[in-house]
Amino acid sequence: MRRLAPMLLAALAVLAVACEKKTQPTGEGNSQPAAQLPATAQGGPVPAGNDVIVLGEVGALTGGQATFGISSRNGIALALKEANAAGGVKGKKLVVRVYDDQSKPEEAAQAVTRLITQDKVVLILGEVASSSSLAMAEKAQAAGVPMITPSSTNPTVTEKGDYIFRVCFIDPFQGFVMAKFARENLKLNKVAVLQDNKSAYSIGLTEVFRQKFAELGGKITVTESYSQGDTDYRAQLTAIKKTQPEGIYVPGYYSEVGVIARQARELGLKVPLMGGDGWDSEKLFELGGSAIDGSYFSNHYSPDNPDPRVQKFIADYKADNNGAVPDALAALAYDAARVAIDALKRAPDTSGPALRDAIAQTKDFPGVAGVITLDAKRNAVKSAVVLKVADGKTSYVTTIAP
Amino acid sequence: MSQLLQHLINGLASGTIYALVALGYTMVYGVLKLINFAHGDVMMVGVYMGYASAFALGREAQRSLWGVVVIFAVAMGGCALLGFLIERFAYRPLREKPRLTALITAIGISFALSYGFQLDVSFDGPFDFSIAGRRGGSFDFHFDRLVLLPGASPRAFPEIIAPTEWFILGDRDVVLWNWQVISLLIAVSLMVALQFLVYRTRFGKAMRAVSWDHRTAALMGIPTDRIISLTFMLSSALAAGAGLLYAIKDTSVTPLMGLYVGLKAFVAAVIGGIGNVPGAVVGALLLGLVEEFVVGYAASTWRDAVAFGFLILVLLVKPGGLFGRVAAEKV
Repeated sequence: MRRLAPMLLAALAVLAVACEKKTQPTGEGNSQPAAQLPATAQGGPVPAGNDVIVLGEVGALTGGQATFGISSRNGIALALKEANAAGGVKGKKLVVRVYDDQSKPEEAAQAVTRLITQDKVVLILGEVASSSSLAMAEKAQAAGVPMITPSSTNPTVTEKGDYIFRVCFIDPFQGFVMAKFARENLKLNKVAVLQDNKSAYSIGLTEVFRQKFAELGGKITVTESYSQGDTDYRAQLTAIKKTQPEGIYVPGYYSEVGVIARQARELGLKVPLMGGDGWDSEKLFELGGSAIDGSYFSNHYSPDNPDPRVQKFIADYKADNNGAVPDALAALAYDAARVAIDALKRAPDTSGPALRDAIAQTKDFPGVAGVITLDAKRNAVKSAVVLKVADGKTSYVTTIAP
Repeated sequence: MSQLLQHLINGLASGTIYALVALGYTMVYGVLKLINFAHGDVMMVGVYMGYASAFALGREAQRSLWGVVVIFAVAMGGCALLGFLIERFAYRPLREKPRLTALITAIGISFALSYGFQLDVSFDGPFDFSIAGRRGGSFDFHFDRLVLLPGASPRAFPEIIAPTEWFILGDRDVVLWNWQVISLLIAVSLMVALQFLVYRTRFGKAMRAVSWDHRTAALMGIPTDRIISLTFMLSSALAAGAGLLYAIKDTSVTPLMGLYVGLKAFVAAVIGGIGNVPGAVVGALLLGLVEEFVVGYAASTWRDAVAFGFLILVLLVKPGGLFGRVAAEKV
């Protein structure tokens, strides 16, 4: 047997050969050109001394969520470059120490410990994935070093303590946004809901959507559910079709939503589908094909937003990153870094408590992904954008304020 | 009423897929008394083979009749080879060991396939090769990337059977698509062919003899090893065919798709009486309908509970499954 096992493995490997013509987008969002990255620290040794302020950053530069971490790093780098060009903070230059967590929460927690004990950073930026941010928040809170997550939307992240902040909205807010959009912009009266029973994200969005939509005078005809990983939704969609809704709210992830769209059209349901930022992936267009056209979803930011502030950011980002269009994660990371820099300017010194108080007072801060005001729970209260899907891409429709 | 009819169509469509996968379970169990838990994952590998060959053919060719035939042939042939290798190198050395050993090996193979395929291993090209045609022309292929293992992210299976509505009732109250009918026809004809193979051919007679008692069969001069190999190849090819129909139906292709379908098909085979060919088909269609009606009229959260409850109920009343009583009918 010992002799045969490698042979079997080799045979399976040969069988698995598959060919494809296009390069496959990895992960989610707009993929960035991935430069060769060393596995751990970025940027070499940071000059210590009195003339610099050191910030820490933890991100997934390798692993399954690498596109997230790379976008975030690019966004933060741009914000720091601009701040330093404008003279830095309190006469000092800003530098950032970046650690790769390989998309793993335990690595993220270790990186935070290293940033605090070795690099003596004054503030930490990161992560994208809520699970990693949760692990980091634990350490940062214990050490009394403020942490700002650009894009972790799970409500529990900032509940870890008073040193943990975020510059994005939390999950349930998107339910509110879509309810308002469906009722006031699309003027829908009857909407059905199809939620993912296995995902707290989907359930959270559904709850708020139902409540708000009813409050605004709309009617929820039926709430059906599926489980992540299902591929046949015809039974639910047939039941939904009977209630003759004018739209279907599907706050799931792109991997299921694309297939749901196809099967809805197949059963003769032509009404628009609506969802949240879980839709935001190139894969949505591949899986959904033309069936997903005419649908809407809420997101943090859109590169099509005509706001000059947004357009200037996009132009600067493109210039620094070989013409890559910044995705939502880059925009949020840029905002997070700028909120941090703003707080550093306002704080009397760079101690933990002083910085914490300064960040907490952030109000009406003009970010590229919406105007940021931090509430008592250290979450950003800000507007969301609604995007429309058509012909394999998204286009900006409107901005919905809280 | 129209809703009921639509549910009936949906339920039969998924039951058909379960049936084809269940046939493979039932055949292997028939000859070896082995529950081949890797069966669903062999199906998944078949879908990826079909996906790769559809890609190699390109957009135009994959929709033509010969293109579809090529895709099915590659997937079914490739899976037959995979089934042969799995049997030869994983199960045969354990044939005289306790049955539990082989069962656990089967689970191991299932995981090796479904998690191995989640790895992302590819080589950047370009790769060019051409196949000379018989009349002087040649087929040229060009690939920018060679993918050895596809990775975890889902892919959309191309529409190799252009979807056409064959039957519409009222204002699209009930819709029947061409591929639903085609799938059902393929499943039924495969079942009939299998029934013929088992009861009307020399090979089938040998299979039944091996199933009855493989040591005695060997003494009677039946090449047991070859019969078992062929049974595995046949069941794996069936799985690949089922997988392609499944991918045509539900679009999304992922490395974990086999685990779920495999489990459901196994339940279907047990409901019908494992080892029994018509039983597997009837069990699968019943299971597909039961699931559809539970989700359609109650809630999706109840689906698996009801499916497995249905299994328990059937086994309570008829411990051998619906058709499992007559031992002589075992494949």
